[in-house]
This record gives sequence, C-alpha cells and structure tokens, in this order.
Amino acid sequence: MRPLTEEETKTMFEKLSKYIGENIKLLVDRPDGTYCFRLQNDRVYYMSEKILKLATNISRDKLVSVGTCFGKFTKTTKFRLHITALDFLAPYAKFKVWVKPGAEQSYLYGNHVLKSGLGRITENTNQYQGVVVYSMADVPLGFGVAAKSTQECRRVDPMSIVVFHQADVGEYIRNEDTLT
Amino acid sequence: MAACSVEALLAKAEQEEAEKLKSISVQKELDLEFDIGNLLACDKNRIDLREFREQKKEDFLRSLARDNTQLLINEIWKQPTERVQEAIVVKLPDPATPLPREKPPPKAKPPTKWEQFAKLKGIQKKKKTNLVWDETAKEWKRRWGYKRAKDDTKEWLIEVPETADPNEDQFAKRVKAKTERVAKNEYNRLKNIARAQKGKVPVMGLATSTQQSKEELSLAVSVAKTSTASAGRFQDRLPKEKAPKNMGKKRKFEPLIGDFSNERHKQLELLKLMDGKKPKLDITKAVNKQMREEDREEAAAKYKKRAGKKGRKGGNMSGKGKGKGGKGGKGKGGKAGGGGGGGGGKRRGKPGKH
Repeated sequence: MRPLTEEETKTMFEKLSKYIGENIKLLVDRPDGTYCFRLQNDRVYYMSEKILKLATNISRDKLVSVGTCFGKFTKTTKFRLHITALDFLAPYAKFKVWVKPGAEQSYLYGNHVLKSGLGRITENTNQYQGVVVYSMADVPLGFGVAAKSTQECRRVDPMSIVVFHQADVGEYIRNEDTLT
Repeated sequence: MAACSVEALLAKAEQEEAEKLKSISVQKELDLEFDIGNLLACDKNRIDLREFREQKKEDFLRSLARDNTQLLINEIWKQPTERVQEAIVVKLPDPATPLPREKPPPKAKPPTKWEQFAKLKGIQKKKKTNLVWDETAKEWKRRWGYKRAKDDTKEWLIEVPETADPNEDQFAKRVKAKTERVAKNEYNRLKNIARAQKGKVPVMGLATSTQQSKEELSLAVSVAKTSTASAGRFQDRLPKEKAPKNMGKKRKFEPLIGDFSNERHKQLELLKLMDGKKPKLDITKAVNKQMREEDREEAAAKYKKRAGKKGRKGGNMSGKGKGKGGKGGKGKGGKAGGGGGGGGGKRRGKPGKH
C-alpha cells in the first residue's frame, strides 16, 4: 500500500470531477474525520485513517481490500472508476438522470439508457457529461455519460441512446470476482 | 652715426647667426652611437667633473641633454621623409638594439593524445595541399571547410543500402553523423586543454557553450547538485524548487502514514489549481443562453401584437411554461437557469401590467 503520487492524484481527481465537479473538496476535507486515498495493487482505496492504521498490520500479499475501492489505474496509467465508488458519487452528483421503472431492469443488465426509458434529466446537462443514474424512487443505480445534451434529448427520437452505461449496481452480481 | 649703427647691426646679425649655427651643430670629442629605430643615442664622452662642479648641476645637465638631443634630431633628419597630410613624417629604420623580454617565456604544452600516439608510433606529419581537384565540379576546391571537395552531407542522391530500413531518412542520418563527429571533436579538444591545465572536463553533453535547452540545463543542475560528498542529500533548495525527480531505478514514494494535514493541503491545492484551469465562462452556454433570451423576447413581442390586435382575452399565457424541470445544475448551469428564470418572471409580469 502506498499513497498516490502527484500525477496519479491529478488523473483521479480529473476523473472524479467529471461526475461531482468541485465537490471533491468534501471528500478530501471531511468534518467527521480524516479520510485518505491509498493505492494497493493498482487500485485506489478510500478509507479513514483509523482503518489505514489497522491495515498496516496486514502484509502486502495478504491484503485484498481496504475501505472502499474507488477504481483502478490501468496499465497505461488511466483511471477507471468502479461501481463501488457510487456511494460517494451519488450524494455529490452534479448532473442526474432518472430512469423509468420499465427501463430500470435493462439498465441494470448493462444496457444503455434510451430516450423511451428516460424519466427526468437535470437541466443544462452538456453532451458527454458524467451523470449518475437514479431510479424514479431516487435510488442510485449507477453512473454513465450523457450521450445527448438536455436540449437535444427533447427533440430526438425515442429509440436513440441518451445515456451511455458505464457502471451499474448489477455488476455486484455479474463481476463479483473482479470487484474488490 | 648711421655707419656706426649699420656696422653694429651687421656685427650683431653675424653674432646671432653664429649663435644659431652653434645651436644646430654640436662639437663632441667622440661621435654618438645612434639606434634610430629605437630613437636611441648613446653618448660615450667623458664628463668633465670640474665643469660639473663649477656650474650649477642642473644647468650642466640641461646643456648636456640639449646637445645630445640636437645630435639625435640631426640624425633623424638624415632619414628619408615623406609628407602625410601637411605633416612631415620620417621613416624609421628597424631597431638595432635587442630589448630583453617583458614576461617570462611560455612553458611547453603537454602533447595531446594524438601527438603522444604519433610519437609512439613514429608517424610523421605529411604536408597536404589546401586545394583538391574536384572532378564533378571541374574546379579546385578546399580539402576541408566551406564548400569542400568531398562533402557527403551535400549529396543530392543517396542509394539506400540493402540492409537499411526503407523509411529511414538517409540524408538526415548523414547530417546527424556529422554533428556527432563535430561534437566529439570539440569534446576531445576540451579534454586536451583540460589535461594541459590539469583541470577537469565534465561529462559529454554538459560542457557546451552554445545555447542549452531547458532539459539540458535542468540535467546540468541535477548533476551539479548530486556531485557532493553526500550525493546531494543535504543541499538546500530554492523556495519554489521541486524535489528532484528520482532518475535512478528505484521509485520513491511518500510514507504510508505521513502527515495527514499536509497531504490534505496538497490535494486541496491541486484541486484549486485544476479549478483555476477550467474556463469560468462556457462559450457555448453563454451563446445558447443569449439566443434563448432573444427568442423569448421575440415571442413575447409577437404575443403582445396578437393580443393587441384581437383585444385582450384575459392574460392567458401561452404554454411556454414547460418548466425548467428540476434546477439541479449549480455553478455554470445556475447562471443560465437563473437568467432563464428571471426572463420568464419578467414575461409573466408584463401581461398583468396591460
């Protein structure tokens, strides 16, 4: 386990800011305790310092996971956000998309969101903006990228994709072995 | 009376002339030795001590000096003269007296590496001609230097050898080889000089006096920093200088449980920097907002005209109020949302006024 270097921190913050914008400050600087990011086996974990201190007692080869995994750095040093970060993205999300009950299941199986399944979308969403996907009951389902801006969404035909799927909570079952 | 005065005048004139001549000609027992090239005159006549003591010493010396100077000037006038812009100039002969050295003679330089090798092997220097006959240009060209005879960088056609990569630039390859040879030669020259002066020459690439790029300068700085007894561990850094990047194979990371507040501070600084880089005004958003407002104003104007024509049918608002569902977007979104909300409110107010 080791702390992130400057470049790694920068890459990760850039990725996170696509979804939560300047609310990253609230993750870094929390009133209820010091939380930090640490890297283990190319994966970034977010944990409180208490857990960190306990984790130092476990040897590197035996340590599987600490705190919550936000994502991992690929071999070409790009940062990939995992579904396990949803708990921290959902409350701070800037742009949200609500999905109709009929299309929920489709999304949870890994498909993109079509215009026919779109319930609500925050105003002034840009195209290719990072969005968090909710069900109509305000339950976070996952996150993705807006394929069309809000204005365009209004005019486009019902069978076109409006949100590209990136991660959904169904992955907890589908990709059980790869998530840490 | 007049005859007396004339005689007296004549006598006086004669006397003056004699004096003048006396002033030009000087009688000496021995002739002086002259070295006109150095403007030197050596007087070997004995000095009469009695005369020296009789007269005032200064006067004696002055008259002696005047006589010798007169003789020297007489000698100078004997040389060939020429006229240069209203001044008469004498052409001096070469100096005859050898003068001693002002500074000590130079020490012998230690032989360069090639000279040592040549001496060892018994290689003699062969005299070569400066010009070489160039068959293709049909003229005499230098053996080396500007526009030399066999300059392989100036070939207009180079055959690509069988073993070479077809996409390789052969011309650039030759030019590069030439620059490398020049740099190597320069480096060896500096090493020879350093050996002669028992100095030290830094590693290839750092001793250049030409303009160095930012990367070369930073490399030179890092090399200088680490060239201390403790390999640069206790060297002070400038206020805004970053910690040196570890150029070796082992990567260095921050400690696992370091200073948390420091870590937080650094991350917040980084976030601030990232925020600073993002443009505050999103051009497309601003343009869209402007367009939307203009559209709304046009629509409002049309509505007013229609209302005026048909007469007032109650301030029924046309269904433009689709509603800006869920104003979630803060920040950049908020500006447009706020503008839109303000515009809508204004519109709602107007029919009421009518």
